[in-house]
Amino acid sequence: MFKRIYEVREITSYLKNLLEGDTHLANVWVKGEVSNLKQSPSGHIYFTLKDRCSCLPCVCFRSRHKLLNFIPQDGVTVVARGYISLFEKCGTCQLYVEELQPSGTGELYIAFEKLKNKLDEEGLFDEKHKRKIPFLPRRIGIVTSPTGAAIRDILSVISRRFPNTELVLVPVQVQGEDASEEIAEGINLLNCYGKVDVIIIARGGGSLEEIWPFNTETVARSIFNSKIPVISAVGHETDHTIADFVADFRAATPSAAAEIAVPRKEELVKLIQGLSERLNAAVKLCVSSKREKLDAVAARRVFTKPEGSLNSVKQQVDALYAQLQRSVQRYLKERFWEVRTAAGKMHALSPLAVLSRGYAVCRFEKNRKIIRNYQEVSPGTLVEVVLNKGLLNCRVESRRRSIFSGRQQGEGTDKI
Amino acid sequence: MEGSREKEQIKFEDALARLETIVRQLESGELDLEEALAKFEEGIGLVKICNKKLETAEKKIETLLRGEKGDFVLKTLEGKDEKGR
Repeated sequence: MFKRIYEVREITSYLKNLLEGDTHLANVWVKGEVSNLKQSPSGHIYFTLKDRCSCLPCVCFRSRHKLLNFIPQDGVTVVARGYISLFEKCGTCQLYVEELQPSGTGELYIAFEKLKNKLDEEGLFDEKHKRKIPFLPRRIGIVTSPTGAAIRDILSVISRRFPNTELVLVPVQVQGEDASEEIAEGINLLNCYGKVDVIIIARGGGSLEEIWPFNTETVARSIFNSKIPVISAVGHETDHTIADFVADFRAATPSAAAEIAVPRKEELVKLIQGLSERLNAAVKLCVSSKREKLDAVAARRVFTKPEGSLNSVKQQVDALYAQLQRSVQRYLKERFWEVRTAAGKMHALSPLAVLSRGYAVCRFEKNRKIIRNYQEVSPGTLVEVVLNKGLLNCRVESRRRSIFSGRQQGEGTDKI
Repeated sequence: MEGSREKEQIKFEDALARLETIVRQLESGELDLEEALAKFEEGIGLVKICNKKLETAEKKIETLLRGEKGDFVLKTLEGKDEKGR
């Protein structure tokens, strides 16, 4: 049966993928004794970690070991953190070191990391749980050693910034076996007491062992359960403790904690004084501007000389009256001329006017019917001739068709 | 007076913020006279409250200890004791 034959690189590559795909091996802490430590010209450090029966090759790249605060030596027991992978060129499985601690602190460090991860997962560090540090606390609770540098620093900063501050000190041990219990109890005690607005837990700098009480679950939980906001101020700026992560505010040093806890009194006094002055100035300005407006209104003519405005109204009435008069006159004139024109026309059409020009009207005497045709009458008919002035009673003698005067020859009276 | 006592319960920073708002409103010149005078009066009250709050506390350091019966004991540095609960 034919079997597939692999290239070496296929196997090493497969193994490498296998190792790197393993989540346990992606981040491991390994404790062992350093041996065969070598630094290559490129700056990488190679060594072997061994215990009684096994050894594990390790490499720490130059970019990494610059970040280490500890350079190992042969024979020293260390705790190394990193990931396991395969160095394909040699086919060896090795630890790629990312962090290195001397064994003693290294173990504390592991405990620290473990607790930190645990509490982080539980949500104790969440921003949403952070209480607000009051701006001006009535009373400050301090949990620290009554004889340490921390309380001295805090007192000096507070008396400089805000001398009349009430402080409630809960004296505790800040290192040693009982310290974490005492610190936690101190925080609880202040919560029972209740009359402080903020709590500072503090201690000066020290080794990891010395500041260890602030890395315990007991202290972490008492900070988390505190109803009163907690400022942690442990060690120096570079030291981080679990307490720092849980606290509502992490101050780099005890002095810094005091600065966070109390404002600078003189600044506040100045601020309030300034606001008070602005308040006064603003209300004065406001009142005087209203007064100006009032004065401006009161100075208007209508108030100072009310008769003046009446005069102008009177004037207006006069002007309107004159205008009215003119309009009426013009109207009447126009109507008058219209009437006159009409009268002239009527006169021209009047029969009297016709008579005055010498015309006469002839009508039957009996019925006053106007005669328009000579055939309507016959000789002997009685007619009236209306003149411009007066009236003639006549009898028709004869009649003829032609209206022109003179009896023309040959024209018989009845002949047409 | 109940009202003024209630007012004094206001937090310093809230009083300060309110005072700043009032000053800004007054400075804007948009308030009518009655409003302006009322705000002014409130502002003056807030100035007093703020100043009082800055001065009420005494310089005092006390130590707080757990008493024998689970109560607590306050000791001032002068040695005066004040028992609680």
